[in-house]
Amino acid sequence: MRTLTYVQAIREAHTQLLAADPRVFLIGQGLWSPWYAGGSLEDLDREFGRERVLDTPVSENAVTGMAVGAALAGMRPIVFHPRLDFLLLAMDPVINQAANWSYLFAGQASVPLVIRAVINRGGEQGAQHSQALHAMFMHVPGLKTVMPATPAAAKGLLLAAVEDPNPVLYIDDRWLYGLTGPVPEEAYRTPIGQAAVRRVGRDVTIVGISWMAAQALAAAELLASQGIEAEVIDLRSLKPWDQSRVLESARKTGRLIVADSGWRTAGAAAEIAATVAAEAFHDLHAPVERVTLPDTPAPTSRVEEQAYYPGPLAIVEAAWRTLGRGVGAAA
Amino acid sequence: MLRIRRAEEAIAEMSESGEARCPCHLSIGQEAVPAGVCAALRTGDTIWGGHRSHGHYLAQGGSLEGLFAEVLGKTTGCAGGRGGSMHLIGPEQGIPGTVPIVAGTIPLAAGAALAYKLRGEARVAVAFFGDGAIEEGSVHETLNLAALYQLPMIFVCENNLYSSHLHWSERRVADNLHHAGAFHSVPGMRVDGNEVGDVFRATRQAVARARFGAGPAFLECRTFRWRGHVGASADEDVGVRRRGELADWLERDPIRRAEERLANWGMADLAPHRAEVDREIAQALAAARGGPAPDAQRVGEHVCAP
Repeated sequence: MRTLTYVQAIREAHTQLLAADPRVFLIGQGLWSPWYAGGSLEDLDREFGRERVLDTPVSENAVTGMAVGAALAGMRPIVFHPRLDFLLLAMDPVINQAANWSYLFAGQASVPLVIRAVINRGGEQGAQHSQALHAMFMHVPGLKTVMPATPAAAKGLLLAAVEDPNPVLYIDDRWLYGLTGPVPEEAYRTPIGQAAVRRVGRDVTIVGISWMAAQALAAAELLASQGIEAEVIDLRSLKPWDQSRVLESARKTGRLIVADSGWRTAGAAAEIAATVAAEAFHDLHAPVERVTLPDTPAPTSRVEEQAYYPGPLAIVEAAWRTLGRGVGAAA
Repeated sequence: MLRIRRAEEAIAEMSESGEARCPCHLSIGQEAVPAGVCAALRTGDTIWGGHRSHGHYLAQGGSLEGLFAEVLGKTTGCAGGRGGSMHLIGPEQGIPGTVPIVAGTIPLAAGAALAYKLRGEARVAVAFFGDGAIEEGSVHETLNLAALYQLPMIFVCENNLYSSHLHWSERRVADNLHHAGAFHSVPGMRVDGNEVGDVFRATRQAVARARFGAGPAFLECRTFRWRGHVGASADEDVGVRRRGELADWLERDPIRRAEERLANWGMADLAPHRAEVDREIAQALAAARGGPAPDAQRVGEHVCAP
């Protein structure tokens, strides 16, 4: 199959959506810039016209609210926030309005809106250009949240999100943009709420979210060299999340590590750990491990960034703990 | 206007007696604004509102029973009993939904206007909001965006001089809301919001411009609410000034003014009309009271659309 990068897959999803459905349009910041969206929207304005690819003033609240209103008026907007941090300026339209609308009006209307936001970590960008805030949104009823970790899911989840009759927050991570993988040429949907088993194993289950799914695969390779077979699940959707697939794997291996790209307290990993502890307690051989960011804002300097972001080794160490082995012990 | 007045008087009674438990924000005294604006719209246009939207809902053709039943939390309410007084909806009448987050639907109205423009439809979106909403940042963002994209949208500011208990002079330095759009190149106009004909004519002009691509307009309609911010009381406890002002504004009753005008034009016999409104209200109230309460087993329904 043809290979694309993650960023090429996102762009291809946009071109197919814009070409196929006149209700789809893009609105947000940086849409006419060659670099703002990391190439994921490059030249879409030339291809589809600036009426349907609207690069807006820096007015996150009203622009996101407009996208909600356009969705209620029959369009299928994708509102783009090149920095997830700036989406915080638009919490009212996302949470009060879009997420509540169906429930408040007893299902007479819903908001078929995609809110795309980018985690933009690293590169010494500091605490206000780097935050992974998905757990805050995962908390909200009526709002779906997806975080693709592969080029194929990056395309398939965007297509599925635009077709969904509900508001869907689509979060992509700049650190994944160069990742390559097979991507079918046709338009296809990656079902929202369905995780993918990326590696089959018997000893320990690693659930990875977004960037940490890629780290989990690297960790599994290291563990395999030590004779430990890890099963890696790429969660892909945070809300709804694939409880049955995660539980099935945790019951099989008896050990679970949740590797999340967000903070620890009240994070996505905490929710998954709590659910598995409640549902599969008697099948677990060891306490559930969480590999997350520490509860501190993102630092700026390169030196501190390296200490802040966990990589494959942090997952390997967590696996050793669940297996009752000391750090650095030979397999 | 009379239908709105009588409906809200009935809601005030239900609110006072405890029969209606949700917070009810009454617009008694302000009826000329929704009546005048909605009379200048046509099928396909949409109105967007806030917490004080009974009048807009009725002026735009929403059903009386749907309103009463919603306020009473019945499944026959316009929002299935899920919304209460602050969440009214009438998809068939061009009422996509009202919400109590101050200024919350102003950007949504702009988004609907953008949708109409992108599809080449000659439709107009109207955002109703109070003078308190002007103090929200999203209004100014939306004014700029509406002007930039030349959206078919009308900003209707119902300036009743008070944001909850605060008089405008406690919130602003100048009494100049009709200039709110000027900085963003949205033309503004100040209208006597208690003269239904003035409101209608100003809206008709603004809508005609917007419908044919000349962009948004901002109307400041000066009016006064006779009751409190929420509930049925006259709100006189919040200050001596308000008590004096209320006496002045009662003299400017928009309904009496309209009736006097009709009488001057020789259409003096309004008694049958009043009787008809009273009959409609009584019927709708009885139907709403007889409507079914929600089934508690279904509290989890409609979180997401299927």
